[in-house]
Amino acid sequence: MNPLPLDLQLLNACASLLLLLSFSMLAQRRVVNLVNLLALQGALLCFATVLVALRTGQAHLYLSAALTLALKVIGLPLLLHRLIRRLGVYWDAEPVINPSGTMLIGLLIVVFSFGLAQPLAALASTATRSTLGIAIAVILLAFLAMITRRKAMSQVVAFLSMENGLFFGAMSATYGMPMVVELGVALDVLVAMLVLGVFFFQIREQFDSLDLHHLESLKEVE
Amino acid sequence: MTPLDITTQLLQVLCALALAPAFLGWVNQCRAWLQNRAAPSVLQPYRGLRKLLIKESVLAENASSLFRFAPYIVFGTMVAAAAIIPSMGTGLPMSLAADGIALVGLLATARVFLSLAAMDVGTAFGTLGARREMMVGFLAEPALLMTLFVAAMISHTTSLPLIAAELTNRAPALYPSLAFTAVAFTMVLLAENARIPVDNPATHLELTMIHEAMLLEYSGRHLALMEWAAALKLFNYACIGFALFLPWGTSREAWGPAGLALAAPLLLLKLALAGGALALIETVSAKLRVFRAPEFLATAFLLAVLGLLVHLLLGD
Repeated sequence: MNPLPLDLQLLNACASLLLLLSFSMLAQRRVVNLVNLLALQGALLCFATVLVALRTGQAHLYLSAALTLALKVIGLPLLLHRLIRRLGVYWDAEPVINPSGTMLIGLLIVVFSFGLAQPLAALASTATRSTLGIAIAVILLAFLAMITRRKAMSQVVAFLSMENGLFFGAMSATYGMPMVVELGVALDVLVAMLVLGVFFFQIREQFDSLDLHHLESLKEVE
Repeated sequence: MTPLDITTQLLQVLCALALAPAFLGWVNQCRAWLQNRAAPSVLQPYRGLRKLLIKESVLAENASSLFRFAPYIVFGTMVAAAAIIPSMGTGLPMSLAADGIALVGLLATARVFLSLAAMDVGTAFGTLGARREMMVGFLAEPALLMTLFVAAMISHTTSLPLIAAELTNRAPALYPSLAFTAVAFTMVLLAENARIPVDNPATHLELTMIHEAMLLEYSGRHLALMEWAAALKLFNYACIGFALFLPWGTSREAWGPAGLALAAPLLLLKLALAGGALALIETVSAKLRVFRAPEFLATAFLLAVLGLLVHLLLGD
């Protein structure tokens, strides 16, 4: 059996590391580390995009790699770090499900998404299609992280990690989305981040906490 | 079965018996250097064993025969395990009898007898140590099996020498699955050999010890056998790691005696590096509370399963 070409091997390694990072984000309880993991995920994504761009020679992928680097590795983490300092949220509260339980559910999710990806990957004609399963797993694991976290801050980080997964999925299935869509999504994420930043302050002012279960009970305020 | 195979087999078992205390001594020496302490000689474990072998063995009054036989059984299983792990050559007549899964079984047998013997006399510490050992064991075993399964699936065999041979035959490539399982295996190695994040091999503090608590009632030649068996276990685990993740340089049947002559210094080099790495891990990490040990081992299991899944998906 011939080994894969080196760039595909590197891409597979990148994909595996993305999956590992998703799991460490599930386990991590310090919000600062969570943001650093997100930045690392962005960096891996950027590297993977450059690899695919080198392989396929599609110019727009270089642009989207640059966009990833500027937005997801430098811009958003900086913004999040500033928000963390301003809001003083350094630790997430106890998660809804205990860590080991979350990990086991995470494993089941990975099995599910690998199964889900197999027929999809068979339809795709790209050389990178085998990593589609990992992209779906990253998206679903970010969902899980959003469900199990209590603090608004960590939910937003999980949301951003989900966006990373979507991006990676688009790249493995069709070598990236059209440039217009990509720019639109990038702008959306940036704006969403700014709006959510404002929301954080509003939530904290109302409830003296960023814990979202305060939002679950609807009560008339007299 | 050629005469060369039998020589390899005998040489390998003798080598394991002779080198295991030195490997332990080397890890201790590296640890001492890293911690700015005056280092004991590499030969220190041999001196300890000689001292214990000379001394009289004292048995508790209510000790049953199990207590007396356990050291021989534990030592015997470790020697048998050393015979089926391809540390120097892959042409091992003994390995036809037992594959990687049987090896995990052998290690489990040793653990069961060690724990039973610790409970036999009925002291509080022995029971405590035995219970903790079983807790660590039942969590570490699935992770170890998963690690073996990943290597077995890549090479389509569960026999350790054949896995090592197959992995060397392959063209060098990046294996994310093997990288994950290597980390998982290192974590299992630390937990199973009573190394630092889970247990401190140098402590005699009652509340934290696991392995030492089980040996408290032993003395003389029994204790010597138990300690030698512990050193052999560490050596065996290191060699399993080499077979799965650093298989280059183990002698093949086709290479003849020259291969064996090449394999011996390479094994020494690998052991020296592994010992240094082990000492480094132990120096930079703090001991976990006993209640955190399951989390540590759950992470190892998670990594091993992820390795398996990634292998299935990417098919490397």
